[in-house]
Amino acid sequence: MEVNEKVAIDHGLKKDEYKKICTLLKRIPNLTELGIFSAMWNEHCSYKSSRLHLKKLPTTGKKVIQGPGENAGVIDIEDGDAIVFKIESHNHPSFIEPYQGAATGVGGIMRDVFTMGARPIANLNSIHFGSPQNKRTKNLLRGVVHGIGGYGNCMGVPTIAGQTSFDSSYNGNILVNAMTLGLVKKNKIFYSKAAGLNKPVIYVGSKTGRDGIHGASMASASFDEKIEEKKPTVQVGDPFTEKLLLEACLELMAGDSIIAIQDMGAAGLTSSSIEMASKGNLGIELNLNKVPCRETKMSPYEIMLSESQERMLIVLENGKEELAKKIFDKWNLDFAVIGKTTKTKNIELFFDNEQVAKIPVNTLVENSPMYDRKWKKSKLPKKIKFEKEVFSNLKIKDILQKVLSNQNICSKEWIWQQYDHTVMGDTIQKPGGDSGVVRVHGTEKAVAATVDSSAVYCWAHPLTGGKQVVAESWRNLISVGATPIAITNCLNFGSPEKEDNMGEFVECVKGIGEASKYLEFPVVSGNVSFYNQTKEVGIKPTPSIGGVGLIKNYKKMITMDFKEINNLVLIIGKTEGHIDQSLFARTILDEKNGPPPEINLFNEKNNGQSLLSLIERDYIKSAHDISLGGLITAVSKMCIKGNKGIKIKRFKSLISEIEYLFSEDQGRYIIEIDPKNLKEVTKILNKNSVHHEELGIIIEKEMIINEKTKVTIDELKSYNTNWLTNFMSS
Amino acid sequence: MKSSVITFPGSNCDRDMHVALKKFGFNNKMVWHNDNELPKSDLVVLPGGFSYGDYLRCGSMASKSKIMQSVINFAKSGGLVMGICNGFQILVESGLVPGVLLRNKYLEFICKNVFVKIKNKNNPYFKNLDKDIFEFHIAHNEGNYFCTGDQLKEIEDNNQVAIYYCNDNGKTDETFNPNGSLKNIAGIFNKEKNVLGMMPHPERMIDKSLSGEDGSLFFKNLINNIK
Repeated sequence: MEVNEKVAIDHGLKKDEYKKICTLLKRIPNLTELGIFSAMWNEHCSYKSSRLHLKKLPTTGKKVIQGPGENAGVIDIEDGDAIVFKIESHNHPSFIEPYQGAATGVGGIMRDVFTMGARPIANLNSIHFGSPQNKRTKNLLRGVVHGIGGYGNCMGVPTIAGQTSFDSSYNGNILVNAMTLGLVKKNKIFYSKAAGLNKPVIYVGSKTGRDGIHGASMASASFDEKIEEKKPTVQVGDPFTEKLLLEACLELMAGDSIIAIQDMGAAGLTSSSIEMASKGNLGIELNLNKVPCRETKMSPYEIMLSESQERMLIVLENGKEELAKKIFDKWNLDFAVIGKTTKTKNIELFFDNEQVAKIPVNTLVENSPMYDRKWKKSKLPKKIKFEKEVFSNLKIKDILQKVLSNQNICSKEWIWQQYDHTVMGDTIQKPGGDSGVVRVHGTEKAVAATVDSSAVYCWAHPLTGGKQVVAESWRNLISVGATPIAITNCLNFGSPEKEDNMGEFVECVKGIGEASKYLEFPVVSGNVSFYNQTKEVGIKPTPSIGGVGLIKNYKKMITMDFKEINNLVLIIGKTEGHIDQSLFARTILDEKNGPPPEINLFNEKNNGQSLLSLIERDYIKSAHDISLGGLITAVSKMCIKGNKGIKIKRFKSLISEIEYLFSEDQGRYIIEIDPKNLKEVTKILNKNSVHHEELGIIIEKEMIINEKTKVTIDELKSYNTNWLTNFMSS
Repeated sequence: MKSSVITFPGSNCDRDMHVALKKFGFNNKMVWHNDNELPKSDLVVLPGGFSYGDYLRCGSMASKSKIMQSVINFAKSGGLVMGICNGFQILVESGLVPGVLLRNKYLEFICKNVFVKIKNKNNPYFKNLDKDIFEFHIAHNEGNYFCTGDQLKEIEDNNQVAIYYCNDNGKTDETFNPNGSLKNIAGIFNKEKNVLGMMPHPERMIDKSLSGEDGSLFFKNLINNIK
């Protein structure tokens, strides 16, 4: 096929970009070369619209071993141990084919982690679906959950936490974000930077097929009514092969044969070979006839652009080929020497003894396009004046029932029971808590992880929303007794070519940056997913934040279930009564406007650190942060989990009962303490100037509010546990 | 006491089992599926996981592994062989215990704690345990035990049912059946009671920080019985 502007545009390139390619090459590219450019220059691989803004995120810190730019971020957890982690989106493929889309998302992120030498020890996910009334929602949810489970369960890696939401803005574009944590020794981390000349380039793993060709380009475009035609661009996963690949790679990594290693993810062999060459400032030469292929007569174009899963590219030390081959033979995996590193700084491809492509590596990477897209700043919405009479007509018990059974608050047990969350024998906090927690095998340490997002707040005011998600992640870690260390972000947005959507992106990133800087909670890895829209309708801006923290002695881990009758329950942080954008305002009052709750970073940090010091001194029996649904929702969940009740005191507050119970002011936690420690706890909180108040006392199976409202724990349970199961079986 | 845990391609509870056996005093060896001979063992364990990706049928390809001939011979000579989860599926496929394991009734993977009741303690696995109801953990997609009417009669006549799913009081009706298993069967023996296959994972219940500690009781008792 002859290459011209039209062919370039069909590959998703813009006219200007095609011109730039011709200028850089000083000639017209052939089809294989054009395919390579389109794969490297699409939004998914090049971050061309986002790079400028991502640069502003804080990415360094005392505990950061590796920030963004590698396969995943790496943090120090002391004693020579490190945690490798990252979150990544697989939104577009999951909407087209939910099972395979989600499964390969999980497979891809685990590969990113074990490529660096780390054994995956925990998976998390953040999944977002359209309205429950939308006719596709149920099947998409079922398919995604089966796909995540199908892959993660087979790999034998526990899925320890997650987040699921429903919102009509995802009707035409669901979100599937998968996160993995891996454990590695600090001195055995592997990177993707090639080094040395004439080093053998090795292909290992599955054979290359025609699946997923141009998957990354598909992920960089919007959907229209013809999405069904895109099914062939979705990859097909094989977790069994990935399990073998994991074991084989770790076995090879135990020695000193590997110079560089890179998994073949988005844009397959193209991006993996080019990234290794680019980082090493080298050239790379590949003989495509040597690539193990699953199908006959595959062209160089197809081989380079296939996104077949479970494949790795390795630059080996000379003379280690035999040793490496033996390991991959043992695990029944393909192994082929397909090329070598060169000093030319070009990528050169050969097929049937002919050179089929020759491109300077820097044109594909450093010279890739970068855009300063136009964006629109959003104003802080005006506060809504809620009529107090509206409140007085509402019964607390009725609202509580509606809130606890709301699709975004109800128990997600139907989902996480389908994920193996206990394999590896170190899961000490299962899904359903504030964070999932796994022990660092064979030590006293444990790692906590959480994944969060607040699309509604981000939509109402992106800057505040961006800060809020980071703060919530921080709180979720602290609530289990973990010291927050770093985050990974998955930035799901609409089209960067639209000023509104681009504005949401820019300001959310700014908010994330401000909060992570202030909280010393740096961003060490992440990914951007734009074009989450069908036709003209974009999703609510949904940055997902994955937070990781360390518990030095796992026996000090905190859970949210109320522990003992007669213990006291306190609130940390001030309840101001911010109702705008709360679940209460949106679902009970049907009021969708107004600003999200304000984030006071000073209070966040101070309240969080003070709680950590109380935990350190063993004063805390249970803790839970207050988020969606407000104070009473948080307390209800503690009652349900602990199978105990609470007598809530008549509160001294200027705000109404409803505002007190359902407002979503930030920076707050509920804690349970032994009454004999009240004095000490109060003293420490006062010393740190942390606002706190007594909420009540733990009693047997009933929640009593202000002596008027009484709800049994069984009632609370039935409100909270049935919605999802009923929905999925209806 | 010597134990061996077989690692098949796709096994993923092999390490967990190794950790548990070691914790309760076994001198355990990991054995590769492609080996010819078992090391000298007092107990052989086929661990959980997805051997050969569960392709074809769960456990069927692993049952044809090289090491399995040696495992079968060991079992036939009276040696103790225990298959957990995927290991149970392999035992069924290799004919060491009767029946089959179908897809769970509701077609979903289930990971949760369940209660099981021990019916018969006249065997090396459960002898001397001082309670009948245990809280164990399950994590499987194909644990729905099934066999023919004739087989069931034979199994029951020979006291081959090892454990039943039940509630915390030992009630074994359908409400407490997580996967649709015939008669709530969670595990069975061979006729001689030296081979045990069961879906629950005792190795995930060996520490109070994990799902529970009933697994510890099981392993402590097992090693004492073997001694």
